[in-house]
Amino acid sequence: MVNNSEQFHLVDITTGIHEWLYANLSSGLALTAELLLVAVSMITLVVVTAIIMVYMERKVAAFMQIRLGPNRVGFWGTLQAVADVLKLMMKEIVTPKAADRFLFALAPFLVTAVSFMALAPISFAPGIQLWDVNIGVLYISAVTSIGVIGVLMAGWSSNNKYSLLGAMRSGAQIVSYELSAGLSVLAIVVMVGSLSVNDIVVSQANGWWIFKGHIPAIIAFVIFIIASTAELNRAPFDLAEAESELTAGFHTEYSGMKFAMFFLSEYTNMFVACMLGATLFLGGWQPFYIGGLDGFNHVMDFIPGIIWFFGKTFSLVFLIMWFRWTFPRLRIDQLLKLEWKYLLPISIVNVLIAAFITLAGWHF
Amino acid sequence: MELTNPKLEVNEPDEEFVINVGPQHPSTHGVLHLEIKLDGEQVLDVKPNLGYIHRGIEKISESLSYKQFTYLTSRMDYLSAHINNQGCALVVEKGLEMEIPERAKVIRILMAELTRIASHQLWWGALGLDLGAVSPFFFAFREREEILEVFEETCGYRLTMNYITPGGVMQDLHPEFVPKVKKIMAELKNTMKEYDRLLTGNIIFQKRTQGVGILTKEDLVSLGITGPIARASGLSCDVRKHSPYEGYEKLDFKEILATTGDSYTRYLVRLEEMKQSIYIVEQLIDNIPEGPYREKTKAVIKLPKGEFYQKVETARGELGIYLVSDGGSKPYRLKYRTPNFSNLQALKPMVIGSKIGDLVAIMATLDLIIPDIDR
Amino acid sequence: MALLNFKSTMKAIYNYCRNVINAFISLINGMRVTGYYISHPKQILTQQYPNNRATLYIPERFKGRVILPHDENNEHKCTGCSICQMSCPNGSITILTVTEELPDGKKKKRLDRWEYNHGMCTLCNLCIESCPSDAIKMENHFEFAVYDRKNLIYDLNKPGSKLKEKSE
Repeated sequence: MVNNSEQFHLVDITTGIHEWLYANLSSGLALTAELLLVAVSMITLVVVTAIIMVYMERKVAAFMQIRLGPNRVGFWGTLQAVADVLKLMMKEIVTPKAADRFLFALAPFLVTAVSFMALAPISFAPGIQLWDVNIGVLYISAVTSIGVIGVLMAGWSSNNKYSLLGAMRSGAQIVSYELSAGLSVLAIVVMVGSLSVNDIVVSQANGWWIFKGHIPAIIAFVIFIIASTAELNRAPFDLAEAESELTAGFHTEYSGMKFAMFFLSEYTNMFVACMLGATLFLGGWQPFYIGGLDGFNHVMDFIPGIIWFFGKTFSLVFLIMWFRWTFPRLRIDQLLKLEWKYLLPISIVNVLIAAFITLAGWHF
Repeated sequence: MELTNPKLEVNEPDEEFVINVGPQHPSTHGVLHLEIKLDGEQVLDVKPNLGYIHRGIEKISESLSYKQFTYLTSRMDYLSAHINNQGCALVVEKGLEMEIPERAKVIRILMAELTRIASHQLWWGALGLDLGAVSPFFFAFREREEILEVFEETCGYRLTMNYITPGGVMQDLHPEFVPKVKKIMAELKNTMKEYDRLLTGNIIFQKRTQGVGILTKEDLVSLGITGPIARASGLSCDVRKHSPYEGYEKLDFKEILATTGDSYTRYLVRLEEMKQSIYIVEQLIDNIPEGPYREKTKAVIKLPKGEFYQKVETARGELGIYLVSDGGSKPYRLKYRTPNFSNLQALKPMVIGSKIGDLVAIMATLDLIIPDIDR
Repeated sequence: MALLNFKSTMKAIYNYCRNVINAFISLINGMRVTGYYISHPKQILTQQYPNNRATLYIPERFKGRVILPHDENNEHKCTGCSICQMSCPNGSITILTVTEELPDGKKKKRLDRWEYNHGMCTLCNLCIESCPSDAIKMENHFEFAVYDRKNLIYDLNKPGSKLKEKSE
């Protein structure tokens, strides 16, 4: 289906750059240049999407609350995020006197580094993938689990009762919800038969998994969204940074650029989780086909894969933001009860159903 | 005094620590300092620390004349400003044994019920905000804004109106008052359905408030708690029904009672009270009698020697105004029995034994206004 | 016995599923409300304040500050009786009078300065109520921010104005 010669392929540009580099420079230098280029482009991607998401969050929140969002700084308030970043950069970084200095300084970097690491195996467009490894999905789940260490470090090293309480709650929450997230991902992996991200996307060429694997895929999708929202410490599971209860939770004592790194890592994690959801359930960079309508499919082919991918990701991001501005917060014991008594049994049963359907061949 | 539900199990007594939910905190509805003794997540003891906004209203009133002291009461419980002013005006009229015209009585009741609706709307919005849902705040304020605009047109101000004085009301109703209020009441009935969809029926909200902060009837009688909190536990204490004033005896409305006494019931009781207030306004808005809106009083009012007491029902409970006069033109002693001062005492029996997340839900349904506690 | 156990576990599973489905429906109901507002941006109520001064509606009775209206001959109606100063509850009004001698020997008191402390005034309306000559009223402007607190204490009567003579 992705074989239309007039379609724009991002992989053409990247292979062009690759060949140019290897033709003109020695191979060691070309490799270094390529690595640098990839690193810079990933950082740019993350920063640009973080700024877009900050603006989007404020505007979405405003429109749901019948008011305008930021609309003074820049046209329709688009430069508001830039102004916020400038402000955070210029603030004084205050370290509490009795804090554990090494851990206090290390925590934001750990959390941000983990978010960047999770971007490696994701397939943005046909041919664009940083690291095509055969355990892609497992790698992403494993790496995002390391983030909880950063949260606990931040809470402990702040030497503050509130931060410690918040970090403990957050740690318990993230560790519990990883189980459900992992099991819901497993339902799709069972139906595909491979952990590699590329295989999963290519297997959706004849339809997205949310349509093909009917009941188990839909249940897995819902559980995945709920578990991801909980892992990201976002409302309605945001006890760790509940403003009305414990001021700001584990990042109370952070200011300036270190706070900005926590902020950045939260948005990047949200982006990574939505990218994973879009890859597994909504087809990655595959366009949306309706079997039989050739004209429609032809039009869908024109839109390049990368636009499809980002469109799907941003719609999942919008869904998670929608949750934040509608629901009240859950208490810590209700949160854990939800996971262990409701989500985990349902996801285990779901994996069984998915395995049964794969064996019997009842998916499309 | 033995409280009826101490449900404490302290696991390790040397692991207790004290947290200050300090005077500046996003969810204590004012400057209230609570010292909470915690054992992990469980609350062992709560000690409120008052006095951060004490302005000496009662002492200042001893140097003001009988026409002048009403403006200070608007600043006590600022969300039921009209009702506080009504109480003061009634106590002075009781002392003078003055009859006020019918039109003034009906206008006063209309303003009081509109104030009650506006106060409960703000309470609803702040409740959502405390529990983590930010959006209901804006929806509540959108409706409240329309009521405040009606106040602005007639009384001149939105929050501290000083419109009800001894003798009647200060100015006549604006000609746009009646059509606007009718429109607001019709819209409010639809928007209350939206309130139900957004918070009342929401499973997260129900789990957060059901079974939390149960107050038994014996506790509340011994602590002197009035208002929607008492009515949610089964005590019938509406002043408008038990000692009606100013024409409430002629109106048809229900006193909302319930028996469970947990936070969810208090929430439902307040929503029902809003509906009853809407019903009262609808009964009166088409039948405002014509006539004078104010009875002339002397330029300097002198009350005869004696003690006078008047109780009114504010949005939060029973406000009592006790006036001792020595025959002069200024009150000798003025004492306010404010509902929030007694309702604050309900915090301790409700909170002990529950978790810190419940503390916020309980305080949100208690609906305290701190300037009313330390006037 | 075995049948009874089966029935109660089935009932428990049925209740479990029903709870989950009801919970979902209530959550989706809540999302419908906010979803309605984000898809209808016409409902936004924000007034873009400094840009909409031309069309702003302030009700007539809004209490902004006390003014002493002067007519076109720069005359006002204040006789300097100080009743408003006595009825002000917190002392925001100071009436300064001056006694001057008329040509026929009678001493007459007239208003020199009507000093108004706008920062302290609680806008309670008692001074306007008690004025016997109907000289003061409330104005409905509301933009009074100043950089120095001294600028909030000013005189209400304009320089060179005098009392309007009562027409008999």
